[in-house]
Amino acid sequence: METQEPAKIQPVRRRLVEILLGGGVVASIVAFVYPVLRYLVPPPVPDLGGDEVVAAKLGDLKPNGSKIFRFGTRPALLLLTAEGEYRALSAVCTHLSCTVQYRNDLHEIWCACHNGLYDLNGRNISGPPPRPLDAFQVHVRGDEIVVSRKREA
Amino acid sequence: MSLFTGVQNWLDERFHWAELIGPLKKKTVPIHKLSYWYFLGGITLFLFMIQVCTGILLLLYYRPGANEAFESVQYIMTRVQFGWLIRSIHSWAANLMILTAFAHMFSVVFLRAYRKPREMTWLSGMVLLFLAMGFGFSGYLLPWNTLAFFATKVGTEITGQVPIVGHSMMVFLRGGEEVTGATLTRFFGFHVAVLPGLTTLLVLIHLALVQYFGMSVPPGLEARWEAAPGEARQMKFFPSFFLRELMAWYIALGALGALAAILPWELGTKADPFASAPAGIRPEWYFMFMFQTLKKIPAKVWFLDGEVVGILVFGAAGLLWMLLPFFDQVGRGRGRRFIMGAGIFALSYIIAMTIYGYMAK
Amino acid sequence: MATWRNSGLPRRLILRLALLLFACADVAYAQTANTCLDCHSVQDPPRRVTEEQFARDIHSQKGLNCASCHGGDPTKADLDAMSKAAGFRGKIERSQIPALCGKCHADGAYMRQYNPSLRTDQLSQYKTSVHGKLLEKGDTKVAVCTDCHGVHDLRPVSDTRSKVHPLNVAQTCARCHADAAYMKAYSIPTDQFEKYSTSVHHQAMAARGDLSAPTCTTCHGNHGAAPPGVDSVQNVCSKCHVFQDQMYEKSSHKAAFQSAGLPGCVVCHGNHGITHPTDAKLGTGPAATCMQCHSPGDTCDLARVEMLSGLTRLDSAIKDADHTLSVAESSGMEVSAARLEEDQARDALTKARVTIHSFRKELVDHDIQEGLKIAEKNMLAGKAALADRDYRRRGLGWALVFIFATVIGLFLYIRQIERNAPKT
Repeated sequence: METQEPAKIQPVRRRLVEILLGGGVVASIVAFVYPVLRYLVPPPVPDLGGDEVVAAKLGDLKPNGSKIFRFGTRPALLLLTAEGEYRALSAVCTHLSCTVQYRNDLHEIWCACHNGLYDLNGRNISGPPPRPLDAFQVHVRGDEIVVSRKREA
Repeated sequence: MSLFTGVQNWLDERFHWAELIGPLKKKTVPIHKLSYWYFLGGITLFLFMIQVCTGILLLLYYRPGANEAFESVQYIMTRVQFGWLIRSIHSWAANLMILTAFAHMFSVVFLRAYRKPREMTWLSGMVLLFLAMGFGFSGYLLPWNTLAFFATKVGTEITGQVPIVGHSMMVFLRGGEEVTGATLTRFFGFHVAVLPGLTTLLVLIHLALVQYFGMSVPPGLEARWEAAPGEARQMKFFPSFFLRELMAWYIALGALGALAAILPWELGTKADPFASAPAGIRPEWYFMFMFQTLKKIPAKVWFLDGEVVGILVFGAAGLLWMLLPFFDQVGRGRGRRFIMGAGIFALSYIIAMTIYGYMAK
Repeated sequence: MATWRNSGLPRRLILRLALLLFACADVAYAQTANTCLDCHSVQDPPRRVTEEQFARDIHSQKGLNCASCHGGDPTKADLDAMSKAAGFRGKIERSQIPALCGKCHADGAYMRQYNPSLRTDQLSQYKTSVHGKLLEKGDTKVAVCTDCHGVHDLRPVSDTRSKVHPLNVAQTCARCHADAAYMKAYSIPTDQFEKYSTSVHHQAMAARGDLSAPTCTTCHGNHGAAPPGVDSVQNVCSKCHVFQDQMYEKSSHKAAFQSAGLPGCVVCHGNHGITHPTDAKLGTGPAATCMQCHSPGDTCDLARVEMLSGLTRLDSAIKDADHTLSVAESSGMEVSAARLEEDQARDALTKARVTIHSFRKELVDHDIQEGLKIAEKNMLAGKAALADRDYRRRGLGWALVFIFATVIGLFLYIRQIERNAPKT
């Protein structure tokens, strides 16, 4: 440790150190508090859903009609049968992962890529698909059609 | 400055502030060439405080439950402003905290700071280390991603191998026979309620004990200082040591920020209980040495199950390690030499096994 | 089996016991004794049939025995079993095999008791096949039932070890069709198997294990095997490739190929050695097909250039976006939403490639524009992620500056107070 410097410089140097320290502390505290305050602001989208998603509103679909919606990270198919029953299935073909569609002329689910056919329960009935489509649960809650993953027993 | 003194006076009039912080003012820290090791405990404490703050912040958006946990963490990482920062800091600080706690523990062993009268300080510290590892184990599962899911499965499975009580312990941890959403709910409870409560209590006890006994001076130096009291050098805890510690905290904070911004903690893919385990399942690095040992132990040791033997050996070693201060005085320095040897062995074993675990497939 | 033969007990007794055991285990199993195997299991090939082989045979599992095909009386011992009086037929002539199998397999009423859903038209189909017609003419070199299905250890088609399981069909056909010496008299190529092995269909079948992928019989038929005629090629391919078929059907090429007697799909894609088509097919290089008929500079050539450049543009737009997203990802940014959209862009590209079969540039362009829109969005998402990364790093930079300033300040401050304080 050095000692004995000219007494005149001391107050100036002390002032400098105080400015550096004070400024650093204030600025760094601002740098910590600012992200936290921003974090506290709720984002415009309330959540990412999870295993449940509102697929459509009542009346969006006509009987014998269908719609593709996003379920988690993959597309899914909601359809209203001619008898007025809602069904929800994964829309990812089990053959080569193309997106399947509802054919209202055939009353079946069809994959355009290699002519695969599924029935309305998602069972593969003709063409290349090796497995049935995953089926989801459909609930009507108010005027919303809610699709959720089937719970394991 | 006048505002500061004003506040000080106000406090002094009501709470006898000066008396309250009196011991702190009198507290000193010995100065020698190994003084740096005194900072580790403080850094660990600081990281724990960061964990409490960021943990509370994460609670604002996190949702426990197998259906929502992953999505809510993903939401924090992508949608919430600076959510990535808070979560990454929480994850990084957790790992750094375990690292500094381990370093703190080994510094205590090698500087023989555990010796009489500080046995209880050592014991409370060991319990704190176990609690920290419990934090790590329970927190790892909370994002409900594939790696965490299977690591938890393996981890709890190992618990189940403990003789007699193992199965009940496993069921208790898992909340059932399998790792399910019930496990997640349980781990969440441990992580945000049980462990923080216990840890805070023990941290207070640990600090009170440190405060009560003062800083330990390495035995060789202590003897020399006792012989020639003029040589003893001390610094005041407040402000000298405190300000230095503050420097260390600031540096740790910078390192954390840099890690979080440059290497944000990954999220992985959502756990699927029915998927087959991916290759390369490994626990968090601080469990690696145990995991690797259990993996390498032969299936049968004598007539016993190899894994059970491994668990029992680790349990016994852990217990002995906890009781380490009580061997220090055994047989004219033999105990001391034994502890030193055990410390070197433990440190090199942990390092070697951890590296081996990461190198081996 | 070897231990049986070496044991002191009479072999026949043991066999009978074994058969009895089988009979107890499976009610459908023949209750009658089968003495044939006593000798035939130890004879030299081709007359050897071991118990092991025969036990695997679907017919033996369903309760049939040697006599069901070969006649004779297996309950009698030794040569009595093979007497003409017992109806013994001995080795079945190759020319008689289809008729013999058909005796049961073409009889719906009979087959119903075993497998009601099994077809019974194999024999009638066989008669329409090239194999069947040649056999009729007395050529016994052609394939008969047993050549493909095996004999004595015949397994059901669903068994992966069956010679006619989808995974094994190509190899089974190749046993004759890839044998140049054997096929010499028929003057047809023998490179089908070799070519098929390089095809995208074989890839799907062998590498991906996709049992629905086409093998020989998918296009040629199995029992009625024959080459699809020029006119039916399109119908065969369209079984799976629906959109391509619909577009081609309406395109100018349909009529042109038909009048020129060209076999539709095969003209550009080949037959056995079909590889995954690339955009180079539309180019002018060695893999190109258009310019084999069209001349440079004509309207079609101009349309070709336009369609090709559209595909190339979309392809590179997707790749660029993908690269940007990868960079963002590797620096820890979360871009899973854009990654999801990427699939849609790729789908659009696939769709555009399918639309090529309409040979109309405006239709192709429509798909390409759609894909470009998504790719552009992904690119923006990637760039936004990178911008966010830079923002994070700048923020970190400032925070580090402040932290550094504070640490330096602390350091100087400590020096200052310790210099002024009295030494302890």
